[in-house]
Amino acid sequence: MLTFAGLYGLMALGLNLVWGMTGLINLGLAGFFATGAYASALVTVKLGLPIAVGLVAAALFAAAAGAVMALTTRNLRGDYLAIVTLGFSEVVRLVASNEIWLTQGTDGISGIPGPWRGRVTPETFNLIYLGIVAVFVAAALWLLERVRRSPYGRVLRAIRDDDQVAAVAGKRVIAFKVEAFALSAGVVGTAGALYGHYTSYIAPDAFAPLITIYVVLALTAGGTGDNRGAVLGALLVVFFMESTRFVTGWLPGLRPVQVAAVREFLIGISLIVVLRWRPAGLVPERIPRPPA
Amino acid sequence: MAGTILAVPAIGFTAIFAVLRFPNFTVAAHATIGAFAGYIANTALGLPAWAAVVVAFLVAGVSGVLNDTLVLRPLRPSGALTMAIAAIALNIALENVVRFVFGNDHRGYELALRRDWRLGSLRVGPQQVENFAIALVAMAAVFLFLAFTRTGKAMRAVADNPTLAGIKGIDADRVARLANLVGMGLAGIGGMLLGLDTSIDPLTGFRVILSVFAAAVVGGLGSIPGAVVGAVTIGVAEELSLLVLAPAYRTAIGFVAILIVLTLRPRGILGERAY
Repeated sequence: MLTFAGLYGLMALGLNLVWGMTGLINLGLAGFFATGAYASALVTVKLGLPIAVGLVAAALFAAAAGAVMALTTRNLRGDYLAIVTLGFSEVVRLVASNEIWLTQGTDGISGIPGPWRGRVTPETFNLIYLGIVAVFVAAALWLLERVRRSPYGRVLRAIRDDDQVAAVAGKRVIAFKVEAFALSAGVVGTAGALYGHYTSYIAPDAFAPLITIYVVLALTAGGTGDNRGAVLGALLVVFFMESTRFVTGWLPGLRPVQVAAVREFLIGISLIVVLRWRPAGLVPERIPRPPA
Repeated sequence: MAGTILAVPAIGFTAIFAVLRFPNFTVAAHATIGAFAGYIANTALGLPAWAAVVVAFLVAGVSGVLNDTLVLRPLRPSGALTMAIAAIALNIALENVVRFVFGNDHRGYELALRRDWRLGSLRVGPQQVENFAIALVAMAAVFLFLAFTRTGKAMRAVADNPTLAGIKGIDADRVARLANLVGMGLAGIGGMLLGLDTSIDPLTGFRVILSVFAAAVVGGLGSIPGAVVGAVTIGVAEELSLLVLAPAYRTAIGFVAILIVLTLRPRGILGERAY
């Protein structure tokens, strides 16, 4: 459970870089997550390369896809990026379901290696993996916090607040946007790769748009613009998802499909509620003071 | 014929964008809602397809107005992108309301079986012709409404220049409600027309959403004639793609078309003017 919270936290950190700091929207998180998961799974299962290579490949593939999305919509309003990224995540699922020679279609890829899997008990494996994910989250948190406090992060916030002013100040706005978008997609892709190596099995169904909602909810609830808020929000969302299990337990006589519907409904509604009544989240953004 | 049915929800999406200036992704859920409303009217009340379409329009349209007023409108001060995020969340919530009531099963409409018409060596299904006619009538009604009625002209005025329309005394809230009624109503008709061809389930609307976006963006986001041109372009491209691509990739054509158009002609074929 905490491992999943870590993965959502990683994605929320990635989203914070584009949405929280740069003000660009990415509604295709599920697609970048899937890109990373498939890239790493294929590299390790089909080519037999080590997991570390798979993780790097995942980050690079997802970042490249992100760069293409950002470049295509570079001169357009954010609405277009919203449409293109949402479309991207659907196309990734379509390709994953149909290129059977590569991805095994809807059967999914199984037998994805995990570190020390099989050599230790499943409980120990879970613990080890939780540790690995925690290290990744801590590293991403440290790295992105550095970015946030750096002059680079200041430029990103300037672009978010008014990109024309940033351009007049001589900043290459498009380059900054594309870089931030690609870096963020890379972080989300890494989370996808970690997911695959943890569960040892991936299939197109696992990458539904609902994942995007989870991550946006995590970031918004935690505090858009704040990296610690993103991680905190991910913990909250996983806790919330688990507690909806209990809520549906109180409603007797529901068929399984209705239980699933109630849970997805609650997730969607809670994001709207947070956006409406607590848009700044639990940890509101504090702009770091520039060094004197 | 290709793309005519697609044009109906695409007009809905683009009309709402023209007036409210944000991509309302709940067109997917409203296409599904319309499809199910038409299904109830068809199977429980025994209405024929053309009459059930009216029910689909009304139910989806009213749901669109309610959802906009209660959920999306209060978020308007937070900006278009926040509304886009909320629309995705709302779309998932609405789809799950449908799933809760009807389950995940595929359902088919009750239609009289009719023999295909033969035109020489061509075989044409009467139901497809009827769907085509319904789509044309719906589009003609929208154009007549926008071109000749006072309210239609007010809608175009708000889409063109909201400030000027406000100075002229046009009530923007009323126009926004109207845009949602007509736009989501059209999405509902589109969902039902798609369902008449095959079957319906809670993801009926979501499955075509990529083609609907593509039609709207290719034609010029916010342009109603553009949505028609875009829908026909996408429809023909999807049919032609069958010559070189597996049928499963039909909907990916829309995405490729979006990328090509945004790279070469970002404002779409007809530009962003509403009419």
